[in-house]
Amino acid sequence: MQVTGTVLTTRRVDAYHALTVVAPGIAERYRPGHFVSVAVGGPHTSMVTRRALSIHDVKSDYGGTVELVFTTRGPGTAWLAERRARDTLDLVGPLGRPFPLPRDPAHCVLVGSEYGSAVLFPLADALLARGCRVDFVLGGAGAERVFGAMRARRMATTTTLTTEDGSLGLRGKVTDALPSVIADTRADAVYACAPMETLRAVTAVAMEFDIPVQVAVEESMACGIGVCMTCVLPVIGDDGATRMVRACAEGPVFRGERVRFEDVGTIPFDALGAPGGGVRHVG
Amino acid sequence: MSVDMRTFLAHVELANPITTAAGCASSGRELAQFFDLHRLGALTTRSITMAPRAGRPTPRMAETPSGMLNAVGLQGPGIDAFLERELPWLAQRGIKTIVSIGGGTVAEYSELARRLADAPGVTALEVNLSCPNMEDRGRVFAREGSAAAEVIASVRSIMRYDVPVVAKLAPDVADIVAVARACVDAGADALSMINNPLGMAIDTEALRPSLAAVTGGLSGPAILPLAVRCVWQVHAALPGVPIIGIGGVMTGRDAFQLVLAGACVVGVGTALFHDPYACLRIERELEDLLRARGFQRLADAVGLAHRPPGSAPRHLLVDTEESTP
Repeated sequence: MQVTGTVLTTRRVDAYHALTVVAPGIAERYRPGHFVSVAVGGPHTSMVTRRALSIHDVKSDYGGTVELVFTTRGPGTAWLAERRARDTLDLVGPLGRPFPLPRDPAHCVLVGSEYGSAVLFPLADALLARGCRVDFVLGGAGAERVFGAMRARRMATTTTLTTEDGSLGLRGKVTDALPSVIADTRADAVYACAPMETLRAVTAVAMEFDIPVQVAVEESMACGIGVCMTCVLPVIGDDGATRMVRACAEGPVFRGERVRFEDVGTIPFDALGAPGGGVRHVG
Repeated sequence: MSVDMRTFLAHVELANPITTAAGCASSGRELAQFFDLHRLGALTTRSITMAPRAGRPTPRMAETPSGMLNAVGLQGPGIDAFLERELPWLAQRGIKTIVSIGGGTVAEYSELARRLADAPGVTALEVNLSCPNMEDRGRVFAREGSAAAEVIASVRSIMRYDVPVVAKLAPDVADIVAVARACVDAGADALSMINNPLGMAIDTEALRPSLAAVTGGLSGPAILPLAVRCVWQVHAALPGVPIIGIGGVMTGRDAFQLVLAGACVVGVGTALFHDPYACLRIERELEDLLRARGFQRLADAVGLAHRPPGSAPRHLLVDTEESTP
């Protein structure tokens, strides 16, 4: 649904921006893993595509608020970063498919890199409410780019931090720390949100331990509602066939082992409808 | 007082002039989560191809000033899946549906027409002659009147007489009127324009083209003036041919420009990416603009900007006559 939300508060979280927006309809329908899309640039904007943003927190105050986390990457997110309390935002959401939750209490490792970690906190809340054990592995390039370390420490049984420059926690990537965390916690499942390359490595680790892994992908999108067909990636379906599926509509959460990470950015030759696969010369 | 927004696409009556642009609303289900599709004049599907198509690699999209580039490559499940799942869903709900088709050869367009000829729920057939995303860049039918005409003649001969065949034209041609005329002579009942002109953007960080396909179709408000010009020229040359005006329509005022230039139906595309309710808003805004200018019927505004300088708008003349005792 589309909501004109009012910005309640803005804050900086480490190297990132967070906006709390009053968005009643979205907050009440939200499940961990959902995202929202936001129009940027105001009513006469020259920016025609929406920005997909992660939801870091949902509260029931003021009829329902969502906290959105993003980093400035261009003029659209720069405009968002300039929003102040009482400004309005055009939000559409909640969008996408949420994280599936284990039926019974399980040991879950939540892996996040940079601001991808943001979506893991509402997930951790939901898992804890089901009696799951939650352990975090959070990382980033440097200390200020590790999102939510404090909050993770308060929620989780253990929190492992990694930075590539060694300024916080272990030096290295989240996937360097992940195997020992999985082993130590006797994890039953892994959840991850991070850039594609990290998700690929997280999936490889989980598969080594033979435990399920759910990944939330960060693909660039124009619409967020499944009509523009720009956010596709190759994913293997239940029937074993690879299809180019939309990160916004079929995702953003996928079973890690179903995503053909090494083929992201290409059309695999065996994907349904790949050039040369069927009728050759359409077009 | 409400304005009569009914319009005719050839002989088919639509409740209002707003349709979705091909490729911008998939086959309707995604938008149906937001509003009742019956409120559209018609839904235009993405271009349906014979075989399933995986489309182009990513990145497929780049935002540009007042627009965006896309190179999706007609990703879709193919005609079988469309006839099995998508068209029946629309037909069962009685949603007026303009089915867009895309092919690589005259034979393929003809086969698509044959498959659709007996399918219930096809309000009109739009022939995508101009998709700039297709793999074989050597054969863009819309670039050449004779090639476009060959496709249209074949499709027209196959489709039932009561299903209008609409030729969708590309703006990046030397003479769009010549292509339009060739399509009409070949039997097109209506024309739609414009498809995306080709554009390109370069990523100044990666120092490479922004799109995996290098070039892509430019859409959004950046192309509205191009669409207005094309509709104007074609309506001036072929005033009796219904035109679906498409290209960068974001507001009712944009739609009104296309109507005044000669379009009797207006397609909304990229605006849907920005606002899923764009079609409803634009229809409302267009109706408000018409009402504010004293129009009782949308039809009176179609092509009105072509009237000779100095002459009063027709609809106002009628008003004066009626009020004279």
